[in-house]
Amino acid sequence: MNLPIFSTTEDPGPDFARLAEQAGLVAQPTGDGDVLDLPHGTTCVALRYADGVIIAGDRRATSGNLISYRTMQKVFPSDRHSAVAIAGAAGPAVEMVRLFQLQLEHYEKVEGKELSLDGKARQLSGLLRQNLPAARAGMVVVPLFAGYDRRQEVGRLFQFDVSGGTYEELEYGVTGSGSIHAATVLKLGYRAEQSRDDAINLAIQALYVAADEDSATGLPDFLRGLFPVVATVTTDGYEQLEDDELRERSQALVDELVGRGLPS
Amino acid sequence: MSTPFYVAPEQVMKDRADYARKGIARGRSLVACTYEDGIVIVAENPSNTLHKVSEIYDRIGFAGVGKYNEFDQLRIAGIRHADMKGFNYSRLDVDALSLANQYAQMLGQTFTHEMKPMEVEILVAEIGDEAEDDQLFHILYDGTVYDRTGYAVLGGDAEAIAARVDEGFEARKDLAGAIKHSRDALAGPDRELPAGDLEVAALGRSNGRRTFLRIEGQALDALVG
Repeated sequence: MNLPIFSTTEDPGPDFARLAEQAGLVAQPTGDGDVLDLPHGTTCVALRYADGVIIAGDRRATSGNLISYRTMQKVFPSDRHSAVAIAGAAGPAVEMVRLFQLQLEHYEKVEGKELSLDGKARQLSGLLRQNLPAARAGMVVVPLFAGYDRRQEVGRLFQFDVSGGTYEELEYGVTGSGSIHAATVLKLGYRAEQSRDDAINLAIQALYVAADEDSATGLPDFLRGLFPVVATVTTDGYEQLEDDELRERSQALVDELVGRGLPS
Repeated sequence: MSTPFYVAPEQVMKDRADYARKGIARGRSLVACTYEDGIVIVAENPSNTLHKVSEIYDRIGFAGVGKYNEFDQLRIAGIRHADMKGFNYSRLDVDALSLANQYAQMLGQTFTHEMKPMEVEILVAEIGDEAEDDQLFHILYDGTVYDRTGYAVLGGDAEAIAARVDEGFEARKDLAGAIKHSRDALAGPDRELPAGDLEVAALGRSNGRRTFLRIEGQALDALVG
């Protein structure tokens, strides 16, 4: 790999995606051929709370009616102060996250300062637009983006559509096959300026209910010790919850449901 | 067609080297040295925005002296090289040695084939998992590479500064000690360098994945004040 030096007219600037494209590192997706049957990842949620945002996702990936992966991670830090969660075709989605993470870091290193949160959301939208031909061939990716805006000093979150359409949400956002059910739980339980404790429990409950109704979303797996990935993004940055805390909170939710006498 | 005057190759090279050295000597110098948690780079630089020291990758830092636009071009090329390599292979496959070789190739090529050599000296620093794996590659305007141990001095007055760094040098001081020692070596016996005229950054093993950390403002004042 040579040292990439460009003439002033061809210089890609701080844009890693353009650089990688010029170097031939990313294959441009085409929409040709049959729809592929790929593993799919599903439900993710994000919500604002007093200190910032919470973003969470279950761990299941499915191919049709089969579970293809039980330990899938769908929530990732995109940089120190933002996170991205993905639903859709697992392969292209994880690759998109990888490119997105690198885009943000590359910009920060070349320019010497972080992108604004809106700039980051815009970058993700661009990656989705590039993926549109592939989405037509079944490789649909729909992310959620959440971050702490250090200029406005608030947590913010964005939903997207397949074409890159960007929609900022003021309360909560969802994506994936179980999202209808998760959204209902969030809608009923959401309070402005909720505490960290309440907001995390609400996110876990939303994923639980989604999994209860949608076979492509995974329930907490006490047998294997697999719980949803839950992360907070605050002024202190991205922080993923430890498994012990998730086990406790998931257990508390199950105990509460059993206590209500609901058939489980 | 007129015959050009014959100039001996030795003379051409010497003229080019003198030209590059003069350009480098006009700017201010910098010192990089190992400390207890990694490598710290201390540059004399009154500007807060035109950086001489910057991050290349998780464990790799860059520093340049001489002509700003020329070493900044090299800095960006280094970031691109590292990010593309990490994207194409794995983050673990990005290393300072291959980057230093790329820089040396390019500087050597420019020195012999272009109208004018680059008026820069650069440093590629990498911290390893263990202290003994830390590396300092010092690359000159003509592509010469030095693998330095303990410390490296870049810039016009390098010999005198290096002599001062060497005096009482310990490879693994604490951060404040290493910065002060480097600062005093840069300043020399006849003047004081205030914290505002320093640009300091460290590659520290305890800094998480991205080990590069700028030490500026109050944090720097607290260490050297």
